[in-house]
This record gives sequence, C-alpha cells and structure tokens, in this order.
Amino acid sequence: MDKLIKLASLIASSWIVVFVIATPAFAAGSGAELLKADINPGRINSLQRGARNFMNYCSGCHSAQYVRFNTIGKDLELSDEQLIDNLMFNAEKTFEPIVAAMSAADGERWYGKAPPDLSLMARSKGADYIYSFLMGFYLQAGSPTGVDNLYLPGTSMPHVLWGLQGYQRAVFSEHTEAGVTTKSFEGFEQVTEGHVSPALADDYEEFVRDTVNFLAYIAEPIRADRRKIGTWVIMYLLVFLIIAYMLKKQVWKDVH
Amino acid sequence: MAKVEAEIGKPQGGFMQWIDDRFPWTATMKYHVTEYYASKNFNFWYVFGVLAMVVLVMQLVTGIFLTMNYKPSAAEAFASVEYIMRDVEWGWLIRYMHSTGASFFFIIVYLHMFRAMLYGSYKKPRELIWLIGMLIFFVLMAEAFAGYLLPWGQMSYWGAQVIISLFGAIPGIGEALVEIIRGDYSISDITLNRFFALHVIALPLALVGLVFVHIVALHEVGSNNPDGIEIKDHKGPDGIPLDGVAFHPYHTTKDLVAIIIFLIIFSFVMFFAPEMGGYFLEHANFEPANLKATPEHIAPVWYFTPFYAILRAVPDKLWGFILFGSSVLLPVFLPWLDRARVKSIRYRGWIYKTALIVFVVSFLVLGWLGTQPASGTYVLAARIFSVIYFAFFLLMPYYTTVDKTKPVPDRVV
Amino acid sequence: MNEDDVDRINRNRRHFLTVATITTGVVGAGLAAFPFLASLKPSARAQALGAPVEVAVGSLQPGEMVRVLWRGKLVFVLRRSATMLERLGEGLDQLRDPDSAETSQQPVYAANATRSVRPEFLVVEGSCTHLGCAPLEDFDLRPAENWHGGFFCPCHGSKFDLAGRVYKGVPAPTNLRIPPYRFVRDDLILIGQDTGAA
Repeated sequence: MDKLIKLASLIASSWIVVFVIATPAFAAGSGAELLKADINPGRINSLQRGARNFMNYCSGCHSAQYVRFNTIGKDLELSDEQLIDNLMFNAEKTFEPIVAAMSAADGERWYGKAPPDLSLMARSKGADYIYSFLMGFYLQAGSPTGVDNLYLPGTSMPHVLWGLQGYQRAVFSEHTEAGVTTKSFEGFEQVTEGHVSPALADDYEEFVRDTVNFLAYIAEPIRADRRKIGTWVIMYLLVFLIIAYMLKKQVWKDVH
Repeated sequence: MAKVEAEIGKPQGGFMQWIDDRFPWTATMKYHVTEYYASKNFNFWYVFGVLAMVVLVMQLVTGIFLTMNYKPSAAEAFASVEYIMRDVEWGWLIRYMHSTGASFFFIIVYLHMFRAMLYGSYKKPRELIWLIGMLIFFVLMAEAFAGYLLPWGQMSYWGAQVIISLFGAIPGIGEALVEIIRGDYSISDITLNRFFALHVIALPLALVGLVFVHIVALHEVGSNNPDGIEIKDHKGPDGIPLDGVAFHPYHTTKDLVAIIIFLIIFSFVMFFAPEMGGYFLEHANFEPANLKATPEHIAPVWYFTPFYAILRAVPDKLWGFILFGSSVLLPVFLPWLDRARVKSIRYRGWIYKTALIVFVVSFLVLGWLGTQPASGTYVLAARIFSVIYFAFFLLMPYYTTVDKTKPVPDRVV
Repeated sequence: MNEDDVDRINRNRRHFLTVATITTGVVGAGLAAFPFLASLKPSARAQALGAPVEVAVGSLQPGEMVRVLWRGKLVFVLRRSATMLERLGEGLDQLRDPDSAETSQQPVYAANATRSVRPEFLVVEGSCTHLGCAPLEDFDLRPAENWHGGFFCPCHGSKFDLAGRVYKGVPAPTNLRIPPYRFVRDDLILIGQDTGAA
C-alpha cells in the first residue's frame, strides 16, 4: 500500500512538473509586455462569432490554407447551410480550405509582404500576441499605412479594424540616463471613437477576443478532443496499473 | 539406418520440438528470459533499459505510419505535417506520439546512462556494453537531428543550419565536408531528402542492430546491481545465482508496472501538453522554413542544449567545435577514467559522491543555459559549468584513486 | 489453514491476476491499434478529392461517349442511340447476368433492363470486373461474330454489352459496376452522389 501511495505521488508530482514547465512561453517581438487574451476555447458561441469575424474581416487578405470549412462546421456545430450562407465567401464546397480573396502575389505588390497564412499563427506566436497586436495599432505620421503597431513595430498591415476600435495615439515617456535616451510606453489615448454594432460583439475587446479564440482553435482543431481522449487513456492505464501491481506483488511474494 | 530415418522423419515432441530441431527457440527463451537471472534488488534506476526499448518500438511503429503520409520535399514537407495533423484520421495522435517519444527517448537514455554512473555499470567486465551503449547514444543523436529537419519549420531549418555549419570549423576539409553533408550550397530540398533517408532507414537500422548487440553483450556478462556485486560469484547447488531471480516472471512483472507508470506520464504530456511549453515542439517550428529570416532566438531542441551551451561558451569557432565534440565523446572513456575499486555509489567515498552531484548540476545548468540567449552573465556561467563538466571526467583518474571506499559485502543487501 | 491451503490460494490468486493482466493488456493493445488502422482510411483530403463530379451531357450526341474520373476511377458516360437501346434486348441468353441480379454491381435504381436512371444515358465504371483493366468501346454491330456492340477488355478478353452486362465464357465474373449518380438537371449528371444521399 505504501508503495502504491509512493507511485501515486510520483505520478502526481510529475504531472505538476509538466504543468509548471508547460506554461507557454513565447518570445515577444518587442519590448512591450503582451496583454492577456483570456480566451475560452470551450465557449462555442465565442468560437462561432470568431469564425464570422475572421471570414468577414481577415479572410480578404489572409488565408488559413490548412483549415477546411467542414472541419469548422463539425467542431463549431454549424450546418452546411450555415457554413455556405455565413462563412464561405470564396469557396463553393464545404471541404475546401480557407483561401484568401486576395492572391499572395497581389499582397506582396500592395503591402510589400504577402499577408501570412493564419492557420498556425496562434501556435507560432501565441494567442496573447495576436490579441495584443490587434489592440496595438496607433497613429504614426510618416508610416505608409498611417499607423504603427506597438507589438510589431514597422508592420505593413493597415489598421483594418479602425472602424470598430477607432484610432488611438501612443504615449511614450523618455528617460535619459548616462546620455542614453530610452523610450518607454505609457499608454494609449483614444483619438476617434470606433463603433461596434451590438450584433457583432459587446465591445472591441470582445470582438478581438472572439477572433483570437477562433484563431487558437484553427491552429489545433483537435485540441479539445485530445484532452478528452487523454483522460480516458489515463483512466484505463490507472486500472491496468493496479492490476499489474497486484500481480507483481503476488509474484514477488516468494522472493526473500 | 531405419532408426535414423524414423528420428528424422517424425517429430518427437510435437510442434515445439519440430521448431526446436530447426531453430533454437526454447533455448533462446531460456537463455534470455526464463533462465536469465538478474539481481533481486533492482531499484527505480533499473527500469530505463526496458523503457528505452518501449520507446524505440513506439518510435518505429509511429514512424512507419508517419512515413505513409509525409512528403520529403522542401515544397511539401511542412504542409504534409499539417496534413497529418488535420486531414489524416488520428494522424495527430501518431504525430504527437512520435514527437513526444523523441524527447522521452532522450530523458530515458540520459537516466539510463546516469544509472550506469551511479552503480559503476560501465566498469569491468561491462566495458563493451558501455561502449555499444555510447554508440547507440551517438546514432540516436544523429537520428534525432535528422528527424528534426523533416517538419521543415523555421527551427528545423535554422537549427540544422547552425549545427551543420559546426563541421565547417574543421581546418582544411571543413567547407568541403559541410557541402557533402548538405549535398548543396545551402540547406535545401536535397538536404531534406537525404536526411529523410537517414532518418527513416539508415539510422533506425543501425539503432536496432546496436540495441540487439547491447542486449546480447549484457546477457553474456549479466546485469549489474545497485550493490555492484557479481551475483554469479555466489551460486546455489542448482547453479542459480543466490541473489538472482529469473527475468520472467519476476522482472517482467516489475517492468510491466514501470512501463505502465511511464505510459501514464507519457500520456499526460502527449494529450495535455504536447508542446511542453515549447521544449518538445518549438513555437517557431509552426512557421514554415523561411530562408530569408532567422528566428529571433534560436536554440536546438532541449536534449542537445548542454553540449550546445559548451559550444557557445568558447569564443573561437574551431575550439568551440573541439570542446563541443569532446564533451559528447568524453563519457566513452569512463570505464578507464574511473579507477575506483568499487562499482556502486553505495560503497564509494564522499569525493566521488560530491563530484557526481556537481556533475549532474552542471549538466542540468548547461542544458538550461543552452536554451537561453548567449549574453553576458549566461556566457560566464556557461564557461564555469563547462570547466566543471570537463573536470569531472579529466580529473576522475585522480579523485577516484584517492577516494576512500567502503568494503563491499559478499551478497546483495 | 495449513500450508498447502495457503499455497493453493496463492496459486489461484496468481493465476487470476495473470489472466486479468493479460486480458487488460490485450484490450489496451487492441484499442491502441485502432487509431493506426483508422489512419489508413481515405483522409479528409482524399475524401475532398473524391467528391462527386458533375458531367455536362447536353452536347453529347447519340452514340457518343465521354470518359470522366471520379475518385480516380474511370467512368464512362454513353448517350445510347435508339438503335443501341434496341440491341439491349438481343442475345440475352449469351449474358451471364442479364437481369442485374448481382446487387453489389449497381444501385437499386439502376437494376433495370437498361441499367440506368434514364435509358438514354449509360453511366458505368470503366473498370473490368476481372482485374481492373479499362475496357475499350466497340459499338460496331458485327452479327457474323455474334457481337451486338459494347465493351471489350484488352487485358484478358472479357466482353460486355451496351449496358455493361458481362458475356458468358469470359474471365470477368460480374457486370460492370454502376456508380451512384443522379440527374441534377436534364443536361447535368452528378456522379458519386444520388438522391438518397443528397
């Protein structure tokens, strides 16, 4: 029995280690601290709204080439009719992947850099990064798009969502220490107000959060399933462990 | 004459006898399983051999199934991995098993090697087992390195770029050697194609062969134990070592428990944290290889980082390569560096115990430093711990000679 | 309880535990094997590529045939002329399965005298039921050879009539297979999907 407790605590402690180590750490692009996206992958409404946001506001320029519409339909509980009517603007068949309306070549010509595919953006950069990025546009004179981004300085992406967020100005403070001047970010000041229609979301934060939630979902559509399956696998293994352990004890009885 | 014909023509003892007359099945099973005697006092540290076998089989099986869907070309590799993750039914499970298995393979092999250092398993008469084991370790490193290029992500590409460039430091032949490894003037489709061949056939074949030889050598000499006593020195009237128990059913039932516990830990990682916070699957590797931009922070996968930290600690390309290579090679010489009269840590003096602890700490710290950016304090720390790493091996003939050992009992306790 | 009893109980317990361990292990191994076997099925991409195919038949003249691919399989779409349809009733005694009794070779709605939804159009898989070669069309009528027009397999000489029905005395065992299909419009056939699934 003592040994069984030892085993259990061994498993439990390794589990804790897993979670401590596994706390996602992404390299931030600039010095600014990332905002917390605070997404909830379990909320299907949020994911559905995110899918609509993505298709309406992002898919004009960004593809998600590894994601098929019917996968989204199955996971987000949308019927084929709902997919076709509400999401599939550039696609005819539900098994097609999400292709951008704009070609990559056009993107490169117009923006200097083709808008990246977003299938895996949440896995390579993290949900917090995308959330922060979409919150981080500010007015910048001299920039070709009129804006810059706090989290990706020099980005070639225009502030597509300005109508929803409005425009903001970034306030920096300057410190001079030993002849070296450092700029540090103090906060944003709203310049023009945006308008988010109640049909879209309660506010801009929620709009972005839903969209990021959807991006996190398409980065690994199987995530929810694997956790469910994993729980069953581990429950089976625990039962197997008890039986095998009893057998081992029985067999080793005659060893002194 | 008639009698001989009858003996040849008729199976004497049924099907098993028929087989045994043609293949030493029963004899092999006896020799390696039912009548292979290993010490009864095996502890926690003795499970990693069998666990390494389990992971090897798992990697082979999942690897075969991945090969069915993977495309070894620069244009298609990245997309084919996503194809496996999304379009192939259960492909995600097979891929995660393989990627998680790769990291666990190294965890297990490192612990397996540490066991040998704890209980002097590399010492006479097991030097050859240790040498074969080191060879397995080298092939495994090559296997993992080749495999890491295959997803063709940013880390795959730039990691391979850095490690392959290392060989360019060799004076005279360096540049030519690097071109031969890559088969091109930079890492390209051609490199990917040949790494695929190495990863799926050449190296696994070598690995399986070496593992077989490793076990044959082990069973010839017999397993060591936590007391470092030769159990064959004390046999009962029936010729069975007094402190030994048969591999089956004793060690098999014990190993089964270990395997299940391992699978539980493995499942926790695979199902709940397959990226392991970016250590098992690096974030930047979810971006396709971009030949025009190196990721901001580049580090090899965690199992190479201790050696990588040593490499970076040296401010000279050639010496960096030499020290990097030596740090990997040095453990090969352990059987001859270690002059102690006893095998097990249980009967060694405080000097070796301290040295081993300091060595483990330096190895872990170097591993961590290898994942961090190479800046000021980190480089200094890497230098200090590199010196400790080398001192552990190079000073070993001295400190194991002067270390005061305790008397070893006749029988296991 | 004497020592023998303890021994016996231990033996029984050990036997029971051995069986329990092996059973649990085998069940687990079986469950673990399932994902690997399932991964061999056509993937989402294969299913997408194998989606139903539309064939416009408006410009197809009587007696003309087009070859299309559905799921990588060759499908013949033949617009049968009136004479061709007449010939379908001839020489039935030379056919192995004139009434399409073999249910696996066609959907129920094609198990009729013309083996089709609309008599005019024959939609049939161009894969010989012997070993999968693609039969050649031979629509000429040669009464001397007792040939009523149909398909001829170059590999091993199997013969089929204008409804893909197999002749007697050839290696192919069954009639050519009719894929699921339906008419979206009068001039548009959708192969791979029938009204049941739509």
